[in-house]
Amino acid sequence: MTTQRIVIDPITRIEGHLRIEATVDASNTITEVFSSGTMVRGIEKILVGRDPREAWAFAQRACGVCTTVHSFASIRSVEDALGIKIPKAANLIRNLMIAQQYVHDHVMHFYHLHALDWVDVVSSLKADPAGTSAIQQKISSWSKSSPAYFADVQAKVQAIVDSGQLSIFANAYWGHPAYKLPPEVNLLAVAHYLEALDWQRDATKIQTIFGGKNPHPNFVVGGVPMPIDLNSDTALNSNRLSIINDSINNMIEFVDQVYLPDLLAIAPYYLEYGGFGEGLGNFLTWGEFPGGDNSDVSKFLVPRAVILNRDLSHIQVPDPNDFAKMQEFITHSWYDYKGGDLAGLHPWKGETTFNYTGPKPPYDYLEVDKKYSWLKAPRWAETPMEVGPLARVLAMYAGGHAQTKELVNLVLTTLNVPVTALFSTLGRTAARAIETKVFADSMRTYYDDLITEIKAGNTKTFNGDKWEPTTWPRHAQGFGYMEAPRGALGHWIVINNGKIENYQMVVPTTWNGSPRDNNGLPGAYEASLVGTPLAKPEWPLEVLRTIHSFDPCMACAIHMVDAEGTEVGETATGLNICFR
Amino acid sequence: MSTMTEAKRKVVLGLGNLLQKDEGLGVQALKLLDSQLGEQSDFELLDGGVLGLNLLMIVEECSHLLILDAVNIGKPAGTVVELTKEQIPLYSGIQLSQHQITFQEVLGLAKIRGFLPEYLHLVGIQPEDISTGLDLSPTIEMALPEVVSRSVAVLKSWN
Repeated sequence: MTTQRIVIDPITRIEGHLRIEATVDASNTITEVFSSGTMVRGIEKILVGRDPREAWAFAQRACGVCTTVHSFASIRSVEDALGIKIPKAANLIRNLMIAQQYVHDHVMHFYHLHALDWVDVVSSLKADPAGTSAIQQKISSWSKSSPAYFADVQAKVQAIVDSGQLSIFANAYWGHPAYKLPPEVNLLAVAHYLEALDWQRDATKIQTIFGGKNPHPNFVVGGVPMPIDLNSDTALNSNRLSIINDSINNMIEFVDQVYLPDLLAIAPYYLEYGGFGEGLGNFLTWGEFPGGDNSDVSKFLVPRAVILNRDLSHIQVPDPNDFAKMQEFITHSWYDYKGGDLAGLHPWKGETTFNYTGPKPPYDYLEVDKKYSWLKAPRWAETPMEVGPLARVLAMYAGGHAQTKELVNLVLTTLNVPVTALFSTLGRTAARAIETKVFADSMRTYYDDLITEIKAGNTKTFNGDKWEPTTWPRHAQGFGYMEAPRGALGHWIVINNGKIENYQMVVPTTWNGSPRDNNGLPGAYEASLVGTPLAKPEWPLEVLRTIHSFDPCMACAIHMVDAEGTEVGETATGLNICFR
Repeated sequence: MSTMTEAKRKVVLGLGNLLQKDEGLGVQALKLLDSQLGEQSDFELLDGGVLGLNLLMIVEECSHLLILDAVNIGKPAGTVVELTKEQIPLYSGIQLSQHQITFQEVLGLAKIRGFLPEYLHLVGIQPEDISTGLDLSPTIEMALPEVVSRSVAVLKSWN
């Protein structure tokens, strides 16, 4: 049997470098996959020796997409270590910021990062705008639905194509046989791609207001930085609350009228993706949206959960402080542990010692039988886990969350697929839309609760009881969780004499994109691609569809620029210019 | 589409990752410029970090936009470079479909949407070391004042 290995590098549309090496058999089906993070960063090393109260300001710079999530995980780790409780209003404001981040991030991921794997932009030029209009009017009551509107969008796309500068639409895969949407649906999605850019302008107002400044909002250990005073110009006042209220309404409307209907309109053309792309069948969440007390897991909207082998009837509650279960392995990662290559370390005892043993770039293939990634392999009880929207939706579903169950059943019924279709690329993509709806609606509840608290005079947003290091124990350690849009994020901090002694971040993409571990078990990306058929192996669009369904973000998944392999300028924002 | 506010902001945008030494030189230059411009400037100085697509709305609200950033032009480290609106590449290299959303693409999107700032200019430096760390390399540190003086000249020409 002849096999060939295809390589995709880099695979993320956002920052960072992810490389996939896949072996395909004679029938062009993937048989084996290796996922590698090819760039390393050392933010943990920067944090050691610093004031724990400032850690968030450095952590938020790890990545341009994940500023909010790292800030929250960081301040929660300090609050956990020092036993700081935050005021109720502060918790509601944080929940609003976190929910906003989900809705914003997921909508942008769907339209700007994932849609282009399913939507053929060039094909939209062949659409009959009247047909698109008919589809739009059938799937929702969204106002932008006239034939003239879609004709206008089509003219814009035509102008872009004619200019020869496709920019963000640049894609060598247009016309790939795996694109299945009729031109009219392609035009619908392209229109919403453009609308989402306008929508995000309004959607970010909540972060700007609560964070006190844009683009990098402020955070504070012990609460939120903005005071509440309805009569003050500089505080959270009536005017700002009214802007937030409107913004929440706009966000909910877009999810209800555009995002969810689009998902249900596009999915029927790709139902085969309900049959592959699953991978592990094991899921982990740290949980999110505390009811008041950060550490009271029983009051979370998204439960803290471990699900094994798809079994939703036996949910475990993982303890992030369990030294025997929460471990990172480096058997196939370019690091050294004092305890050797087979050891597993809890993040509080984590070590960040680089040991690049891979081939000198440029190279054709990685040495996948040895070390082959800058990502470590995090494991729960020596079992690889998937994190992210599917894990959260399953946790809420298994936990009996009524709206989640309703939405899951709606999607399954509308698409007429069995419940097993949840465990797939399609299921993961649908889960992202389902939780977006749940969290968008939760913003309404958090907002109303916040107003109730303010009316009752509970306007305290900061607890400064343990602000001064003199009030701290000499030694303390804590765990800061955050369900980032792309999955469970954990910051583990060790504080000694008022300074950070150790800091380890285990980010979602490290879980999902991890290489093989001490037992040779693959990570979620690696497992999810096996069995996927490729229509044209030289254009592995199907690989992108599944990998993008996890929403990879490599910038914070790994730590420090690889001195061996990275040229100056190949970074996210530095401009690359060739004067030729 | 929501109604666009009139593009009238005047912004100096520092870009780059502060955790990667010279990669963050745009943000460091911004701080230095801030200390020299003083209160009377009618330009907003914004730290754009590595926010990518999230910067689109700021870009589109600008009539005047000066960008400070690390620039790879294949020149010796520390070389200060200026690019006019016509010289700034609006698109990154096109590669398959999985390219990253870089700031060039943000500019490209703004152009597609018809909201590229009327006045657009870039002042940058060829970086030396973009490994992890908070400090600039000495070569870059020495070049920062020139970035600031050239920036001041650009802002003056715009007023």
